[in-house]
Amino acid sequence: MGQGHGHKLHFHGHSPVHRAAPHHKLLALLGFTLVVVATPKDWFAAYGLYLLLLAAVVVVSTVPPTYLLKRLVVEVPFVVFALLMPFIATGPRVEVLGVSLSEHGLLAGWALLAKGTLGVLASLTLAATTEPRDLLLGLERLRLPQQLVQIMGFMIRYVDVVGDEMRRMRIARESRGFTARNPKHWPVVARSAGALFIRSYERGERVHLAMVSRGYTGSLRQGSDR
Amino acid sequence: MSTPVLDVQGLAFAYPDGHQALYGVNLHVHRGERVALLGPNGAGKTTLVLHLNGILDAGAGSVAVSGLPVTKDNLREIRRRVGIVFQDPDDQLFMPTVRDDVAFGPANLGIRGGELEKRVMEALDKVGMADYADRPPHHLSFGQRRRVAVATVLVMEPEILVLDEPSSNLDPASRRELAEILTGLDVTLLMVTHDLPYAFELCPRSVVLSDGVVVADGPTYDVLTDDALMAAHRLELPFGFDPRAIGRR
Repeated sequence: MGQGHGHKLHFHGHSPVHRAAPHHKLLALLGFTLVVVATPKDWFAAYGLYLLLLAAVVVVSTVPPTYLLKRLVVEVPFVVFALLMPFIATGPRVEVLGVSLSEHGLLAGWALLAKGTLGVLASLTLAATTEPRDLLLGLERLRLPQQLVQIMGFMIRYVDVVGDEMRRMRIARESRGFTARNPKHWPVVARSAGALFIRSYERGERVHLAMVSRGYTGSLRQGSDR
Repeated sequence: MSTPVLDVQGLAFAYPDGHQALYGVNLHVHRGERVALLGPNGAGKTTLVLHLNGILDAGAGSVAVSGLPVTKDNLREIRRRVGIVFQDPDDQLFMPTVRDDVAFGPANLGIRGGELEKRVMEALDKVGMADYADRPPHHLSFGQRRRVAVATVLVMEPEILVLDEPSSNLDPASRRELAEILTGLDVTLLMVTHDLPYAFELCPRSVVLSDGVVVADGPTYDVLTDDALMAAHRLELPFGFDPRAIGRR
């Protein structure tokens, strides 16, 4: 019922970036992020270099840059915080366009913004070029414990089912004349969330039952079993 | 007579909260039979089904599948022999692709490689879903998902196929397609359902479970035309459906 096709972060393609082994991509992302985070705040040229590197990967992957930029909005809460920092941090101050700002705050805000954006952009590129099930395969090859891989697999599988259920509950609420407009309505939304949690928990039990009925004993291989 | 595929004797069960669901159920199903398990809501049908493959432990009485008793030591083989298709295909299909999902059961039985691939495709072929092997299950229609759910169980080559409300939520065309698939299978079938016309169409024999005991067991035509029995156990034929007009099948 009304489920979108494909995961919203994946961009279908056949570029070398798409075809690269998922565990290599995961390691590259991890390495890249660690290097970015470890770079001192005032090595401005280094950040430019990172951005160029990332841009090169995006170009090779043939994923349209606007596709990635639109999905960068997840970063907004961090951006707000980064923009606030020059105003609220203490220490020596500088005048910028007549506004007194903290030097430390400016630098810290810049670093948060630069590191955050690079990290999110790199992760989005990975998500856009790798199918969710290949990511699981990659994690499995990197020896992530089986249980964690399984939990992520179930999350990917059921996120749409639970999302759909949530949507149906909202429609049912609204059909009875309820829309959450102000904090007085939050208890109703909270109770819906509680009901959704219980339903999901029960679904988990039924899924487990169905698995046990087919001889499940604790191990589960993601694809690649042939 | 040969050993029944399903032999349930004096089965009683109470849930941990004290609610008694089954009070001594007797049921025999022989090879090749197609049996409908009918009964009102809360009659204990699902509880009975969960005993057939040892998900629930019998409080008293016994269950045996082709002579093999359902006990802790035999669970693996019992779960191969008894294939249960649950009501909501979303509960049953959880792997990233249809192929992986159908392979899940036999892989748990230790089947690998070419043999696994062959069995997966055979099972998908039987339900007419071979072309969808590499699709994610959540992108299929409800009727297609139900058919894949049947394949995930068929692939284990069960001795008895148990279906919980197979026709629920299906549109009439999917309902008919599923009926055609089920009648075409060479397998013993036990079907839990409220859909009496479906039971009449698919199952020559019906068993009525009410308040945890079997109250009727006979040809589906006789059960559905026994007005006193039907009324006593909250079974009602849908508007416009009259088995007498169709006659014995």
